[in-house]
Amino acid sequence: MSDRRRIVVTGAGWVTPMGHELESVWQRLLAGETDVAKIDRFDASTFPTTFASQVRDYDWTGFVEDTARHGQPGKHTQFALGAARQAWNASGLGDASDLDRHRIGIYLGAGEGVLDFSSYQRTSLDAWQAEASKVDTVQWGAAANRFLDGPGEIEQEPNMPASHISREFGLRGPVYNCLTACAASTQAIGEAASILHRGDADVMISGGTHTMLHVLGLTGFNRLTAMSTRNDSPKTASRPFSRSREGFVMGEGSGIIVMETLEHAEARGANILGEIRGFGSTADAYRITDMHPEGRGPGDAIIQALTDAGIDPAARMDDGRPPVHYISAHGTSTSENDSIETRAVKRAFGELAPEIPMTSIKSMMGHLICAAGAVEFITCLMILRDQEIPPTINLHDPDPELDLDYVPNVKRAAKVDTCLSNSFGFGGQNDTLVVSRF
Amino acid sequence: MRRRTIISGAGPVSALGIGIEAHWDAMCQGRSGLRTLTAFDASWYPCQIAGELDREAFKVRSIVPKSYRKAVKVMCRDVELAVGGAAEAIRHANLQTPGIDHEEGFPIDPHRLGCHIGAGLIAADVDELTSALAASRGEDGEVDLGTWGTTGMENLTPLWLLKYLPNMLACHVTIVHDCRGPSNTITCAESSSALSLGESMRIIERGSADACLTGGAESKLNPLNYYRQYCAGRLADARDLEPLDVVRPFASDAIGTAVGEGGGLMVIEALDHCLERGGTPMAEVLGYAATQSPDHDGLGATAEDLVAAMRNAIRSAGREPECVDAIVPFGCGIPAIDAAEAEAIRTVFGDRASEIELVTTVPFTGNCNAGNGTIQIAVATQCLKTQSLPARLNAGTVELDLKAGPCDAREADLRTVLVLSASQGGQNTAILLGRHE
Repeated sequence: MSDRRRIVVTGAGWVTPMGHELESVWQRLLAGETDVAKIDRFDASTFPTTFASQVRDYDWTGFVEDTARHGQPGKHTQFALGAARQAWNASGLGDASDLDRHRIGIYLGAGEGVLDFSSYQRTSLDAWQAEASKVDTVQWGAAANRFLDGPGEIEQEPNMPASHISREFGLRGPVYNCLTACAASTQAIGEAASILHRGDADVMISGGTHTMLHVLGLTGFNRLTAMSTRNDSPKTASRPFSRSREGFVMGEGSGIIVMETLEHAEARGANILGEIRGFGSTADAYRITDMHPEGRGPGDAIIQALTDAGIDPAARMDDGRPPVHYISAHGTSTSENDSIETRAVKRAFGELAPEIPMTSIKSMMGHLICAAGAVEFITCLMILRDQEIPPTINLHDPDPELDLDYVPNVKRAAKVDTCLSNSFGFGGQNDTLVVSRF
Repeated sequence: MRRRTIISGAGPVSALGIGIEAHWDAMCQGRSGLRTLTAFDASWYPCQIAGELDREAFKVRSIVPKSYRKAVKVMCRDVELAVGGAAEAIRHANLQTPGIDHEEGFPIDPHRLGCHIGAGLIAADVDELTSALAASRGEDGEVDLGTWGTTGMENLTPLWLLKYLPNMLACHVTIVHDCRGPSNTITCAESSSALSLGESMRIIERGSADACLTGGAESKLNPLNYYRQYCAGRLADARDLEPLDVVRPFASDAIGTAVGEGGGLMVIEALDHCLERGGTPMAEVLGYAATQSPDHDGLGATAEDLVAAMRNAIRSAGREPECVDAIVPFGCGIPAIDAAEAEAIRTVFGDRASEIELVTTVPFTGNCNAGNGTIQIAVATQCLKTQSLPARLNAGTVELDLKAGPCDAREADLRTVLVLSASQGGQNTAILLGRHE
């Protein structure tokens, strides 16, 4: 492990419900703001949940060189192109004269695109045979051909954001997309690091993008009763670690980073935002609906990531601090996640756990599903740079069972050299990253 | 020294049946699984020929442990294929997991067993969803969102969303077989299986697991995904054609592809681990590389980037192109993709390209998309194990100087076999497999 290549981050960008630019959104996170509000993309007024954290006033066309090369990309791709352009520009890669684009790959954790509900229901109802309780599939094909947008259907594939990014920047290295639910983009960053470690690329574009803010997405999560239904108070609905938490708040967007080997970054004099030191990935292998009550998978992922980084979770640093100084929690604001995550962190860090600040920016941003991990990882980079920790907002009635330091409501200045970022997905998919100040 | 990895079990699932024996027998006998589609009435489409599993012979309920039977009702078709393939692969490898009751076997540490599965964009069952939507029809005949929000959506089962998440393939498989090691789901269309196998190889090499369940599975035999394939211009116009006449890899009169459902899983394992438990290596995984075709025409695959994938895979194995004795190309019968593959093979192998045996699977199974690479890799593995090649089917006219025309099964001296994938989206993958010695 010691002889493997070191991996650093040299660029970051995001398109989020709180803005589409790195610095301004970061300042808003520090200030504890939120834009969670009533959904206005479609009429959700009678849904169990009527609000979300929505990307607004975003136009992807300003982020690409030539829109004609991209056709009509899906929303997930539009978000990713904007975030990728910001990260690419910040990294300075575009200015490098001898860039070998065969050595630049992509690993995204992008979700699927948005099903065009209006056309889909028109198609399906046109072909519906009520008596037989099934669609006439011959009629369905004809109706699809009339109502659905063919190219738009193809753009829904989850590998499309990565394909468009490769096209925008002419990248010919290894390209992947993983789709491991809410853990996807954390996983993507970890997997991208392993590709750099083993020398299959010098640079990887990584992160994620997703929106489930559409009729069937909202429907699916409402049926699972996983979302907050605090319709009378959207801005306080996402309240991770509080006693009155009752579900997550849907968000959408994209976070993208540029990662490269230290050697490659130093050779071109790149600005380094942080070093990726460890990655852990496990499966709960328990239930499709519930996390293991002991948090065995999340706990193992945290321990794996620390081991990968060469960090002993129980050992204090020479200056007496714990070995990790900030944890970006998965912190969804569901009853189950926040309890089990707390338990898993305590299992990993033992008696040092209460000394490590752990916040959930989902309290402000909502849950960006596949993109959540990447956006939270970028937040870790900003914390490392500015030595300030954004708060967990809406934490006014702490859950007495949850006794870690969640940095309630107000940001805090802190000496942060190493961060840990958790993401746990439906189906028991657990991923953790360790990133340090370079 | 790098830790050597081998494939110790294969569980392909497709129109040819369940398991490597069923696949191998059919392919050696030149028996294609392509038929007129019965999963739904596809007579609106110019292609109604597909590779479909025998629905009576494949019942996932009888495959999972009794304690897990309740979960079968939340498994969509893609999940069923993965769960079926997993049981078959584990049995074939003679591994012991809680999902398989072997009399004898090797209990593997669950933390050292990973799972890396390729999956597609899964379509919700159209009857189930439309039935729910129909209850919210407004006066204009369309869904009234107000009604849908209050009562309509309750017609969907609470777990509806969880049926169709791509990572549910891995989720069910990890639960059934208690795999708690590194886990992932790759969604890169036709390259998904090969990328999953390649990443599993690297996970084992770096010591993060001793074995992984890997592969991929997908079924596009449903109205929405079939429509998407049609829109993408991938399906052959098969009106008035016999099933065997549809897929014509590398032929000058190729007309597009037929889709299949399938894929399955394999067991990839560290050689030392396999030998220690008394397992039998089928073939060694020697090399792997992936590249991207950023400027493809929408179908995927450009020769230049396929060349890079092939060369990098061979180089990563510390070998030269000279070592390759057979190739399992994607060979799907879509002219633009075939042309890119053919040009890439000629570029990498030069004059020798015309002597290298090609093994084409799509005429037998249809393009199984995220699962297709699993069929290709499993077949390549069996070629190396048996030192023989299956029959080749091709109803078209092959004018290229490549061994792609029809021929019978035959013995062959095979040191290595190269497997190629090219996805809709531009992801290219090459895997180099070697005879285990």
